[in-house]
Amino acid sequence: MSAVSRSSSRIDLRIDAACTAEILARFVRTEVLRAGRARAVVGLSGGIDSAVAATLAARALGPDQVVCLRLPHRTSAAAALTDAADVARLLGTPLETVDITPIVDGFVQVSGEVGRVRLGNAMARARMLCLFDRSAALDALVLGTSNKSELLLGYGTLHGDLASAINPLGDLYKTQVRQLAEHLGVPEAIRHKAPSADLWPGQTDEEDLGVRYDEVDRLLWLLVDARASRDAALAAGFAPDLVDGVRQRVASMQFKRVPPIVAKVSSRTLGRDFRYPRDGAP
Amino acid sequence: MHTRTVALAQIAPKLGDVRANLARHLEWIERARAAGADLAVFPELSLTGYDLQDLVPEVAIPVDGEVLGRLTAASRGIDIVAGFVEEDPGHKFYNAAAYLAGGTVAHVHRKLHLPTYGLFQEGREFSVGETLRAFPTAHGSTGLLLCEDLWHSPTTWLLAQQGADLVVVAANAPSRGAHPDHGPTSASVWRDLLKVTARFHTVYLVCVNRVGCEDGLSFDGGSTVVDPTGVIVAELPLLDEALECVELPADLLRTARTASPLLRDARIELVHREVARLRRIRFDLPDEPEAER
Repeated sequence: MSAVSRSSSRIDLRIDAACTAEILARFVRTEVLRAGRARAVVGLSGGIDSAVAATLAARALGPDQVVCLRLPHRTSAAAALTDAADVARLLGTPLETVDITPIVDGFVQVSGEVGRVRLGNAMARARMLCLFDRSAALDALVLGTSNKSELLLGYGTLHGDLASAINPLGDLYKTQVRQLAEHLGVPEAIRHKAPSADLWPGQTDEEDLGVRYDEVDRLLWLLVDARASRDAALAAGFAPDLVDGVRQRVASMQFKRVPPIVAKVSSRTLGRDFRYPRDGAP
Repeated sequence: MHTRTVALAQIAPKLGDVRANLARHLEWIERARAAGADLAVFPELSLTGYDLQDLVPEVAIPVDGEVLGRLTAASRGIDIVAGFVEEDPGHKFYNAAAYLAGGTVAHVHRKLHLPTYGLFQEGREFSVGETLRAFPTAHGSTGLLLCEDLWHSPTTWLLAQQGADLVVVAANAPSRGAHPDHGPTSASVWRDLLKVTARFHTVYLVCVNRVGCEDGLSFDGGSTVVDPTGVIVAELPLLDEALECVELPADLLRTARTASPLLRDARIELVHREVARLRRIRFDLPDEPEAER
């Protein structure tokens, strides 16, 4: 008797990278032009996500129209800076560097000792401050670089790295961003290094999250994209602790993925019964 | 039917901007006319864009109003299919498509199946159409469907049984990413559906899908013409605007229907009896009197 195959057990995170890149480049171009701008601003961390976002924007708008920003803190790894510079050089985009150390130091000075996580949040928000300010000065849109894995797991700082005008990567898991990066010719050194939010020395995403992206992406795909139940995830071979932890984390981080809640006290409330697409606002 | 040349106008409408879209239509109709087309087909909601939400009442137009009037006036010497939000005299809003010919509105189709699941919320925004009719044109009997309508197989069957030799499908099929085995996700599914539907009902199918991007929603394009034997005879590019003229030879319809007399062999009485039985069960209706059986 042949084995019974179940469609939910076929976890498939492969993407057609060439076609996906075409869709995303058109998305970036359409949204930037529709906003009446011609340029995009991207914070280059030296990591794979921002390298992919910058590459897509350069394809969409032309390299001259994409301003890459390096936003190092004094604790940032030196390799991150050189990797970011490599990306800008390969793409032929302008590169600016703003040291966020004085901004963060100034913040610590007025708010007192903040601890590692709050300091990391302050750094992410200092970067946001610089990116949005440059976008206003340059009449550009800020490109988001948060991927679907980060958004689902809430691995990002609200009003920090989660802030952007448009985000071409938000519907791609980290392992899919890697496929896109390979197709787009992102340097191997960047593609193969351990993902890091660069919030303290030696930090890695996978240590923070307690799981490798290639494993958690397969689970997230099963739970989210394939709408699998807890039992189906267990049947697919994932450990109960991981399944429960991820399900709980995805649910508890919903607040990071939606605008603030507005209390309804009128007949027509923004976001609830005043519903307009951003692209066709009245 | 007469052999006809159809122009597939695969455009990216501008969301919520009826004036800009009307100007675009008039321009592309002239291009189609210059290319020798008998009929120019635009996508679903081609005058308004798709993701309208609360813009629906703001972009809605009556069939006898100025916007459709200008488009209708352009339909001398070339027939036109265009999508719009129709407002009826009772202020109901429909996702509709009009067939314009010889300076008149030959037919209006109101979408029958409003997808309201997943990313779609059409049932919230639109009233549902209640009739499905093939209609005569100078080139042959024709039927119109809008996107999701095609996914319900009785629609094409009914049009074919009413005599349609060409079924025009105006679509706004959103992309759900691209997979290495089959490219953009919705394009491949649509291709399969169109081939099977044309073959099952021995009709020409002309499906025009839009391109462009609205609030992150991308549309695949890949507009397709399938002949009555289920063979794809034209496929427009993915993701980009394109205009292409395709000839639909009348003799192929005859050959297809001779080789596969599926329309002839349809059992309308059987379908009627079984649908009537389903209807009685579904709505808990009394049995029909003996005389009516």
